[in-house]
Amino acid sequence: ESTLVIAEHTNEKLFPVTLNAVTAANKIGGDVACLVAGTKVAPVVEALSKVPGIKKILVAENEAFHGFLPEALTPLVLATQKQFNFTHILAGATAFGKALLPRIAAKLDVSPISDVIAIKSSNTFVRPIYAGNALLTLKSRDAVKVLTVRGTNFEAAALDGGNAARENVPSADSSQNLSQFVGQELSKSDRPELTSAKIVISGGRGMKNGENFKLLYDLAEKLGAAVGASRAAVDAGFVPNDMQVGQTGKIVAPELYIAVGISGAIQHLAGMKDSKTIVAINKDPEAPIFQVADFGLVADLFKAIPELTAKL
Amino acid sequence: MALRVLVGCKRVIDYAVRIRVKPDKTGVVTDGIKHSMNPFDEIAVEEAVRMKEKKIASEVIAVSCGPMQSQETLRTALAMGVDRGIHVDVSGKDYELLQPIHVSKILAKIAQEEKCDIILLGKQAIDDDSNQTAQMTASLLNWPQATYASKIEKTNGELQVLREIDGGLETVRVKIPAVISADLRLNEPRYATLPNIMKAKKKPIKKVTPGDLGVETDPRIEILSVEDPPERQAGIKVEDVDTLIAKLKEVGRI
Repeated sequence: ESTLVIAEHTNEKLFPVTLNAVTAANKIGGDVACLVAGTKVAPVVEALSKVPGIKKILVAENEAFHGFLPEALTPLVLATQKQFNFTHILAGATAFGKALLPRIAAKLDVSPISDVIAIKSSNTFVRPIYAGNALLTLKSRDAVKVLTVRGTNFEAAALDGGNAARENVPSADSSQNLSQFVGQELSKSDRPELTSAKIVISGGRGMKNGENFKLLYDLAEKLGAAVGASRAAVDAGFVPNDMQVGQTGKIVAPELYIAVGISGAIQHLAGMKDSKTIVAINKDPEAPIFQVADFGLVADLFKAIPELTAKL
Repeated sequence: MALRVLVGCKRVIDYAVRIRVKPDKTGVVTDGIKHSMNPFDEIAVEEAVRMKEKKIASEVIAVSCGPMQSQETLRTALAMGVDRGIHVDVSGKDYELLQPIHVSKILAKIAQEEKCDIILLGKQAIDDDSNQTAQMTASLLNWPQATYASKIEKTNGELQVLREIDGGLETVRVKIPAVISADLRLNEPRYATLPNIMKAKKKPIKKVTPGDLGVETDPRIEILSVEDPPERQAGIKVEDVDTLIAKLKEVGRI
């Protein structure tokens, strides 16, 4: 067995999900290589070279990789695959990984496997279906396995102790005129990123408006937490969509999840029920969120949250 | 140049239905369960119909792969304003093991036969949650892909697409022909009105098989089991904020 992990990064910074994917790759067995493709990737290669469990880092720098478009990256991955004949190709189950890997898989005539949460063997995987309301264990019959793995289900690989070799991959013809990257508007925040934060505080429709989310930001500051929201809060226009936790938003599994003014619709639970400890604060004692909460506090959030912030 | 648009619409268990796993762990219970059009596909259909209303599209064709009942899903699309439907008949064991790779081959073939310029699909189906079909269809056709679209604008021979990504939003420009996958915020699908439902009954649905299209549906996976996720036990209710803080300290979370 040999596995290729496609690194997700910004050229300057490695996204933590890649470290989770490295752990998943090592569960498959065999050597693990990591592909870093971008415009100028030295800092990312440097960081990855210290990660234990990576045998070699394949580096491809090209202006064509600006914006990390799947149309440009696919020929590179295919050329790399042709050279090394990996048995598995992995990436994190993120917007990046999920946009790219199926494009590669189709060219290899392989049925990709999305959102893998457990690796039973080199060809047997577990993935959630129906928004996590059922778990499917499947055996892939394809020669090459193309998987996206859910970061929250695999520990992050360490960032030191490794000594991976570095190798440039022959550049494939990555120039393409099918698509063009125009720009990104990323939400700016000093708080940790939702999917990798140890503590997440989410607000629901009970927050009543966007301004009231300040209560959660204040608490988040005290706890070093990320702030999320339910779909109801997003749909009501309180906060932007990238804060959404749930089936149609982000899947999180922090050590501590604090649900504030969230009733606990199935679609929200799908995004957070793997959290280690769940706290629910809601004034409705019948709210379904209490059925999954380790600690439930039936209270008016507008009193409880400021009190909590003050006492921590 | 007016464009020909192909939309996919998958028949899935209705989003409001509570999923039950079969006792023999071979799948989930589907018999006698309410089914609807995959919600993300509804958004794709709506967008295609709006393209027609804005005269960007000349014709909108809907495709559904699945058993006979998929024609009901196609009727819904027709009632929303789609011009005609193609039902790709796949049922029984074949359907249970039908994967996005098969569907994308079917869609790619139909897009070529029908000379389509844009393929609009939901970003994922809410049953298998694969999130693959649009990307794979684009790949097979060598067309660009714009996934997770929350806004689509047509410029000269190109589409400018606002995409929902993990940290916010991204804008890409893709050449036509292209494949687009619809995210939640792209639009709010219309309800079909009674007159339109009546009209839809007269619109044509063509039935084909994957074999007719030259697509093999050889199984790519074996389903070993479908099980309930581990149940989470409800914990305790705490009296007040002080008790909550004490409990969280006790378990070492703060």
